Amino acid sequence: MDLILVAVIALGAIGLIAAVVLYVASKKFAVFEDPRIGQVAAVLPQANCGGCGYPGCSGFAGACVKAADAGSLEGKLCPVGGAPVMEKVAAILGLEAVASDPKVAVVRCNGSCENRPRVVQYDGAVSCRVAHATCGGETLCSFGCLGCGDCVKACQFGAIKMNPETGLPEVDADKCTACGACAKACPRGIIEIRLKGRVVKDNARRVWVSCVNKDKGALANKACAAACIGCGKCQKVCKKDAITIENNLAYIDPAKCIACGLCYNECPKKAIHASFTVPAPKPKPAPAEGAAAPAQQAAPKAAPAAEQQQQ
Amino acid sequence: MANKLIVSLSPHVHSGDSVQKNMYGVILALVPALLVSLCVFGMGAAIVMATSVAACVLFEWAITKYILKREKCTVCDGSAILTGLLLAFNLPSNLPLWIIIIGALVAIGVGKMTFGGLGCNPFNPALVGRIFLLISFPVQMTTWPVPGQLTSYVDAETMATPLSIMSRAIKSGDSTILNELPSSLDMFLGQSAGCLGEVSALALLLGLAWMLYKKIITWHIPVSILATVFVLGGIMHLANPVYANPVDQLLTGGLMLGAIYMATDYVTSPMNHKGQLIYGVCIGVLTIVIRSFGAYPEGMSFAIFIMNAFTPLINTYCKPKRFGEVAK
Amino acid sequence: MKTFRIGGVHPAENKLSAGKPIVTAELPKQAVFPLSQHIGAPAVPCVAKGDMVKVGTKIADAGGFVSAPIFSSVSGKVNKIDSIVDASGYRKPAIFIDVIGDEWEESIDRSETLVKECDLEPKAIVEKIKNAGVVGMGGACFPCHVKLTPPPGAVPTCVIVNAVECEPYLTADHQLMLEHAEEILVGVTLVMKAVNVNKGYIGIENNKPDAIKLMTEKAAQYPNIEVVPLKVKYPQGGEKQLIDAVIGRQVPAPPALPVSVGAILQNVGTMYAIYQAVQKNMPLFQRVVTVTGKSLANPQNFMARMGTPMSQLIDACGGLPEDTGKVIGGGPMMGKALMNTEVPICKGSSGVLIMNMTEAKRAEADPCIRCAKCVSACPMGLEPFLLATCSAKGDWERVEKEDITSCIECGSCQFTCPSHRPMLDMIRLGKSTVMGIIRSRSVKK
Repeated sequence: MDLILVAVIALGAIGLIAAVVLYVASKKFAVFEDPRIGQVAAVLPQANCGGCGYPGCSGFAGACVKAADAGSLEGKLCPVGGAPVMEKVAAILGLEAVASDPKVAVVRCNGSCENRPRVVQYDGAVSCRVAHATCGGETLCSFGCLGCGDCVKACQFGAIKMNPETGLPEVDADKCTACGACAKACPRGIIEIRLKGRVVKDNARRVWVSCVNKDKGALANKACAAACIGCGKCQKVCKKDAITIENNLAYIDPAKCIACGLCYNECPKKAIHASFTVPAPKPKPAPAEGAAAPAQQAAPKAAPAAEQQQQ
Repeated sequence: MANKLIVSLSPHVHSGDSVQKNMYGVILALVPALLVSLCVFGMGAAIVMATSVAACVLFEWAITKYILKREKCTVCDGSAILTGLLLAFNLPSNLPLWIIIIGALVAIGVGKMTFGGLGCNPFNPALVGRIFLLISFPVQMTTWPVPGQLTSYVDAETMATPLSIMSRAIKSGDSTILNELPSSLDMFLGQSAGCLGEVSALALLLGLAWMLYKKIITWHIPVSILATVFVLGGIMHLANPVYANPVDQLLTGGLMLGAIYMATDYVTSPMNHKGQLIYGVCIGVLTIVIRSFGAYPEGMSFAIFIMNAFTPLINTYCKPKRFGEVAK
Repeated sequence: MKTFRIGGVHPAENKLSAGKPIVTAELPKQAVFPLSQHIGAPAVPCVAKGDMVKVGTKIADAGGFVSAPIFSSVSGKVNKIDSIVDASGYRKPAIFIDVIGDEWEESIDRSETLVKECDLEPKAIVEKIKNAGVVGMGGACFPCHVKLTPPPGAVPTCVIVNAVECEPYLTADHQLMLEHAEEILVGVTLVMKAVNVNKGYIGIENNKPDAIKLMTEKAAQYPNIEVVPLKVKYPQGGEKQLIDAVIGRQVPAPPALPVSVGAILQNVGTMYAIYQAVQKNMPLFQRVVTVTGKSLANPQNFMARMGTPMSQLIDACGGLPEDTGKVIGGGPMMGKALMNTEVPICKGSSGVLIMNMTEAKRAEADPCIRCAKCVSACPMGLEPFLLATCSAKGDWERVEKEDITSCIECGSCQFTCPSHRPMLDMIRLGKSTVMGIIRSRSVKK
């Protein structure tokens, strides 16, 4: 009987002391956190991809609350959740969401095994960044894809896969959230986060130059059968002035491009790619004219994004 | 030119060392002890070793292939053979087959493959197997056949090991019991009871010399363990003669085996010399403490096991001296 | 026998071309001069297409303080200023010169007579070295005059000559010592005068007994120069390791320079180039190159003009073997694998090493067994296994804390790894990233 009593009293006393300690600690070491940060974080996708430029979702939530206190959510975008999530965030913070057009990652290299013959054999660690530091790559093109799959490893959403036949990464546009992790991982800046483009029949239409080779035309041509040689034909044919050529390389400004497909048909090297089946060239590309208006509307908003990519 | 040139970063040459070379090097170093155990325990030793090695290799192969579903099979690297051999060296020669197989399964399955295979295990797999058996089958694991019964296996006559004599002396407080110990020379050469691998200190020391010569291990861990046991055992003996003299401490039980082969396991020991010395000293202290004050007569396995758990901590806080670092 | 204190490995020496006299290589048909042959800013061309140049004519100016001018090694006509794939594996701008005859600038003293005396002021010596485009010729190609201009506050106390040649296969420095011992010693006195110190050491590894003997004999005339025989151990030629071996002082972690412990380090080839530049008015446009390899018919040492394509030297040694797997510019431990054999000889090309397919291919990597052999081998007291793992995971904070910037990329860890792990690949990645982070941090401040 005594034994039981002693045990009960001892355990009771320990429990009491521990409770007091816990109580004091919870009061003394309490950290105040803006409750809105928790609320915002709750609507974020919790992928912690860092695509927004902040360390994880809670970091982004904190930044949003801070920005809301300053009056505007401009420039804050969760690339994973996109506009719907930003609307929810804005609602919590009592602001209006800043709309933004959906984007997607595009791979700007067409140096498949067929187009770009290998001249040496890389035998180092399987990492694009290591390969990039080793030499210009296995082919004569020192700008293109190295094929070690750093972008695949960087993608948290399983949206990039290596195609074993071409040796190039392929983006699954449905899974891609445009978080930009792959673009950051690529040591050669081949992957670009581009506007998804106007949607026609459930298919976002975009056209891009699938090459980043800045060598002179002859060299680029020697290195890769599908390299942009900077000939300028696409620039001449473009009716929207969307194409610029710098360092022997064409670039299509996604803000100006209306995905008419004229340049696609014009390119002698087939270096321009499109996300849709481009109709064969006709004397008068009538549908392209009609689609000009909505695309132009989107242009001013997307311009800052395009600048960022060039940095 | 027919070939494409290979490009990679430097260095472009390699020492030619490999995991296999190291593993088979250790196995080769175990050969003297293996021969001694065959001479002392005969058929029993052969059966235990063969079963243990075969079971370990089989389990490793099966787990890699059917559970982990890896394409590259790691059986050829020799680590499973080594684990099997070390496990056998830690068992008495009259242990029934089914216990050995359970030990091998625990060693490879629990001790190694659950953590991801070679290089990932926090504890020495052979020790995991041995400790599991010691706790689960204390009777079978602590009856030792009398040396010299070359044709018997589970039916061998048994006797007390030097360690149990030492333990009895401590518990009764009667130092005269220690007179029952075999002579130091007998223990050195291998004429006393015990596990397969621990009977002959001479054979184990030969293996140590070989491994040091081939640069498979460095001297830091074995020497620090042996020195600590000797010094601490000496102090205990001087303070109270019920504790055996330090030479007997060194020669008995799995101390040599543990210090030379088990504690020096690459995967589970610290990664720099300073850390290895700390690790060795701690093992030595723990061994003496367990032998003198613990319930089990043998402390080596537990000492190594405990220090395995501390290895990551030692690695974190004990760094090699950087070049040009000024002593603080 | 002296040596450095931490780590080190013993690669097979394979000095196949040892004792082979230095052969003057034939002039190329076209010489190519990449504009970045040194650490620092690339040189700026000062000739144009169609210009006629002589041997020793300056064709590119230094592009900054840490930079060096480039001189033509041939006489002829500038064909074009274009680009070529250099040792880095990337296309870089270069000057192409078509060779016509072999006409030298008149200012160059082409006689063989030894000129010992030099009555120039220390500053004038450094200026002359700078204007001759001399860079460190051990492979790093650090502009020589920068090393000879210690930062304010640093007081040099001795000059150490790196004649270690710890890289396997290479024999260029060894042979240079045997054939031009006197010139090298005069070079040492010039550098000692330039930085105002009165002690010079020449560190030579014990596997070159003939060079140690000859240099010791010749150095007897120079009371302040001491030849220090060293135990054979790689990477003794690393500048910090050599200082530790010779004078027993350890240079602290970066950004500390060797001069912080009072040492000025120069390669033995650089000493020869300094002699030529100061006493003979001959700018740096040729160097000794070892062309070697087990599969090569006739490994040799060449005195080659810069801009000579490596393929020409390989042909002179019996041609590129059929089963060639790798062509390395430099030694096997730190050299760069080349993408083709048309890469020209540059200021830092100490050797060309041919490996066959079996030698060249790396073995497949096994899991790390934590044997700690890399830790024992690391001459900087680092933990390569940890740096490699953390770099692979992108934990830049951790690797910075673990002193990744101290890594000298000597390759001892990867050389010794029983699991054949590409450790140094990952450590290089981590090191360059951390260096970038540190730079951007200092820019922000």
